[in-house]
Amino acid sequence: MDGDLGLWGVPLAIFAGAIRVSTPFLFVSLGECITEKAGRINLGLEGTLVFGAMAGYAISYNTGSPWLGVLAAALAGSLFGVLHGLICSLPKVNDVAVGIALMLLGTGLAFFFGKPYIQPKAPILPGFDLSFGLLPPRLAEAATINPLFLIGLAAAPILAWGFRNTRTGLVVRMVGDSGDAAKAVGIAAMPVRVAATAAGGFFAGIGGAFLSLYYPGSWNEALSSGQGLMAVALVIFARWNPVACVWAAFVFGGAGALGPALQSVGVTQGYYLFNAAPYLLTLVIMAVMCSRKQSLAGMPAELGIAR
Amino acid sequence: MAAVAETSGEAASPTRGAWALDRDRLGAIAEAIAIPLIALLAGAALFALFMLATGYDPVEVYALIWAGGFGSSFSWSNTLLRAAPLLLTALYTAVPARLGLVVIGNEGALVLGGVAAAGIGFALAGAPAAVAIVAMGLAGMLAGGIWVALAGALRHFRGVNETISSLLLSYLAIALMNHLVEGPLRDPASLNKPSTGHIGDGFMLGALPGTDIHVGLAIGIVVCLICHVLIRHTRTGFAMRVVGGNPAAARLAGLGVGPLLIGACFLGGAAAGLAGMIEVAAVHGRANASLAVGYGYTGILVAFLARHNALAIVPVAILLGGIGASSGLLQRRLDLPDASVLVLQGLLFVAILASETLRGRLRPYFSGR
Repeated sequence: MDGDLGLWGVPLAIFAGAIRVSTPFLFVSLGECITEKAGRINLGLEGTLVFGAMAGYAISYNTGSPWLGVLAAALAGSLFGVLHGLICSLPKVNDVAVGIALMLLGTGLAFFFGKPYIQPKAPILPGFDLSFGLLPPRLAEAATINPLFLIGLAAAPILAWGFRNTRTGLVVRMVGDSGDAAKAVGIAAMPVRVAATAAGGFFAGIGGAFLSLYYPGSWNEALSSGQGLMAVALVIFARWNPVACVWAAFVFGGAGALGPALQSVGVTQGYYLFNAAPYLLTLVIMAVMCSRKQSLAGMPAELGIAR
Repeated sequence: MAAVAETSGEAASPTRGAWALDRDRLGAIAEAIAIPLIALLAGAALFALFMLATGYDPVEVYALIWAGGFGSSFSWSNTLLRAAPLLLTALYTAVPARLGLVVIGNEGALVLGGVAAAGIGFALAGAPAAVAIVAMGLAGMLAGGIWVALAGALRHFRGVNETISSLLLSYLAIALMNHLVEGPLRDPASLNKPSTGHIGDGFMLGALPGTDIHVGLAIGIVVCLICHVLIRHTRTGFAMRVVGGNPAAARLAGLGVGPLLIGACFLGGAAAGLAGMIEVAAVHGRANASLAVGYGYTGILVAFLARHNALAIVPVAILLGGIGASSGLLQRRLDLPDASVLVLQGLLFVAILASETLRGRLRPYFSGR
């Protein structure tokens, strides 16, 4: 089948890969979006992602249920979020720096507890074949979708609607735009921000579980390669709009799938460089979108990232 | 982010008399020492709790860390060998931090400096050793410096957050290293572990007289001293600190904020690149994936623990070098995963950042007012 598709295999593999690779980007960026809407930035989601991947895999191995693994990863992620939220609530503590520390701590803890789970095979999440056997295998592979991807797709518009139309969404946006204004109407910024960071960690944990429980579908120490960090840039690209996060995640997923796609048709020259495409893409997008003159449209005003 | 760069020593009030000013300064200095010490103890206590919770005896763990890092002349030389690159990778974060920047792509600058140095050293085979070593050092510094100056330039010209861009540049640098050592610069004889060609024993840096420790340690300490003098006692350093304190005021005062920002990033990157060159020219002899073993990430922690003070980096780098050196002993004796050192580092990092909240609150106790 591979031979028949020839070079057409490349865009197809990129498309198929984009769906697979974009899911962790999507979850982490949705999580970061919630956190940043409340005026905090959590760079530690990279560590949360890695810890979530380990926790999800370990629980799936020990209980036999990958969905319990996803839940455990999400809960572990929210714990990291609470930790970040509480430490950053101390006066004079810088949220970007705490994120760096939690990135290292989360990775260290994941490696510490993850050692016994590198070898064994845990049950992983199922994928749905949406082609119903009507397509040739190579195309069917592209049409195989993981339920987490669909959950992420559904979560984005729900979040966007929630930010716009619910009291909770309004409170989060208010705290993110002006802690003082929130205080004036009797809303304490601190608990809202801690909750938003915990929610962000919840999503990032699920993104990590996707890595270890679906694609690539195993736990090892080189599992994440900066997806958690790139998601922070992705939120800027998406202008703090959850629906735009979906498109942004697709773009990043496609860039991430470029290397493996070229390799699958026999292009092995410059493999490492093609694999680095997402980093370069992120840098270029940030250079194009950011501006030294004014803050970005849609950016929560309390956010420390541009200060 | 200005809070990162501001140091407590500079806050004395000029309106009080000389005596009061001295007491204020003393209080500020005492606080600047006490806060990191409290944070270190708190981080160590958290790690002890973590060890207890995971079924290890914290007393035994700390005894082994002491023995493995500082207990014998063998462990001391192991510690100092690890401290050497940390001195320089810490400067990567510490120098730009004086301008209020948080750059953390230390690992990438080290790796790139190492590859550049190895490439030049291999190409210069046959040249006089002194020429080759200087050329390798310059190549490492240029490669690391330019790479990080990119993050400074993106920040200055495009307002791109330097923390994210520097880490992305670091991932790119590691990808570039992998590409180079597996492709254009690969030594065909390196089968299992793709590497560049060996630079040759004639170009290797020697040991300090009477020790097993390579001269990279001395180079690192000298560079820390130079950076300290530059930041504290020169006009440029003063301008850097003004930018760190208040960029708008610096601009009004006519300081060239852009060149300062980009220059500081270049300087930090050059230090990390030099660390890569030293790892190649004093340890491995060639560039390969062994360059990316975490000296960069530990360097971030060293810089924050030293509160971005170039002199304080020296003892902190030795402390963390010692913790790293004890990792092997912990694995052999207690069967602890090697990641336990990462956990300890992470906890220390969290503690030191949380301790920022004490800043200014201890000073009254120390200065007696």
